[in-house]
Amino acid sequence: MRRLLNIRPPWGVRLLLGALPLAAVVLVYLGAASVQHSLNPNEKFLPTFSAMVDQARIMALQVDPQTGAIPLWQDTAASLIRLGAGLAIATVTALVLGLVIGVLPLMRATIGPLVAAVAVVPPIAILPILFITFGLGETAKIALIVLGVTPFMVRDLAGHVLAIPEEQIVKAQTLGGSTWQIALRVALPQAMPRLLESLRLSLGPAWVFLISSEAIASDVGLGYRVFLVRRYLAMDIILPYVAWIALLAVIFDLVLISLNRRLYPWAHTARTR
Amino acid sequence: MSGLLQFSQVWVEYGDKVVLEKVDLSVQQGAFVSVVGPSGAGKSTFLRLVLGQEAPTRGAITLDGKPLRAEPGPDRGVVFQRYSVFPHLNALDNVVFGLDCAGSPFSGRLSGARRAAACDVAAAMLARVGLAHALDVYPAQLSGGMQQRLAIAQALIMKPRILLLDEPFGALDPGVRLDMHGLITDLWLEHGLTILMVTHDIKEAFKLGTRVLAFDKRRHDPQAPNRYGSTVVYDFPLDEKTRAAIPAALTAMAEPQSEAI
Repeated sequence: MRRLLNIRPPWGVRLLLGALPLAAVVLVYLGAASVQHSLNPNEKFLPTFSAMVDQARIMALQVDPQTGAIPLWQDTAASLIRLGAGLAIATVTALVLGLVIGVLPLMRATIGPLVAAVAVVPPIAILPILFITFGLGETAKIALIVLGVTPFMVRDLAGHVLAIPEEQIVKAQTLGGSTWQIALRVALPQAMPRLLESLRLSLGPAWVFLISSEAIASDVGLGYRVFLVRRYLAMDIILPYVAWIALLAVIFDLVLISLNRRLYPWAHTARTR
Repeated sequence: MSGLLQFSQVWVEYGDKVVLEKVDLSVQQGAFVSVVGPSGAGKSTFLRLVLGQEAPTRGAITLDGKPLRAEPGPDRGVVFQRYSVFPHLNALDNVVFGLDCAGSPFSGRLSGARRAAACDVAAAMLARVGLAHALDVYPAQLSGGMQQRLAIAQALIMKPRILLLDEPFGALDPGVRLDMHGLITDLWLEHGLTILMVTHDIKEAFKLGTRVLAFDKRRHDPQAPNRYGSTVVYDFPLDEKTRAAIPAALTAMAEPQSEAI
């Protein structure tokens, strides 16, 4: 008998196995919803799929007469602009600081402790400070995302640059490389795939910070809408919104993975030794 | 007569621990010096000194009569056992790297006609080490022996005054190692190189070197093992005859073959 850990399902079986738990969750939900609806036709906690589809249609297709915009797209655009701006600032900052800290011992000694100190502050705890400082507009929300994910990305990237074998750095110097040339041509290219990976891993926390800030003070955005309709126990709107957010998150994840493989093939070839 | 590389009264100490003591050495231009010794006998420290990765605690090192800068530079090429090629550059770009740095201080990369000329030089060097077919291949796709060929080509492109080899063939299969011995000997003769090679393989040391240095401790205090450092305890100059005779004698003497002195 082969060991359990040696049994690898073929592609088709793997797909089937992966679909099973998902299907089970949906089935259990449908069963529970239909039971609840037979007991109480006004049940709100477990909306049926048809109710969710109806609400999703309204949110995604009908213009809200009060704002003159279609809510789902308006919310999505607002949220993605905040998320994009926050992550762009965080990524650029992480690249610059991560490289500088990883390459230069002097800078490591100078700004390493500062980054470490900022990293241990729970970002949500300083959200009030951000609201007081930047007001309730876009700046505070973007700042929360930046403060929330940048320290992790900086430390991750600096650690990766530091882990470039000493031999490589010495070799580059024996080939005449200056500090600048080594940073640019040895450290930077090797940091890029890791930066994309760390951006991908930061997407989850970034969504958390985005939705938190939108829940607290906003008038548009995916998080704002979810928390707004909560007041009416509108699970038939909340659940499609959550599914939409999950879909967006999965798309970004896959895009970053394929981008990384396409841009930096050398980082993904199996080592021969 | 003073050599290309000169050590005079060099000591290396880390606090109380003496690693190297009183190393006096003169390496002539064109020599192929093998460095052997047990683990912890300061071979690596010796190499790090020549590379400039660290400075002696006392004493002086000169290269070409000038004090050695305690920083790696293009006058000293190096090939390590591993990790001495850049994984993100293909074979050609790995070799062009040195020319890029020399010719383009700001962007670190040549462009246009100068780049094309540099690529030609690099491609010729790669062809010489047997990698003509692998110009656009990344190091991870190359075998261990191929990676070392690449590392050698990469170092030679700078025409270093002295080439340092740190157990360059230690991780290779015996057959591949034999090919590499042929290659490095040929390159040494063709380019008139001065080579300093640290190795654990004593047969390799005698086969390739024109001179074999053995590092070890002269004195040992069991109560204070760090009190005394290593130095050059044997210094064999080899002519063609001894070079041919010694490996055979060693093989006869030591079966199974021992890894270190």
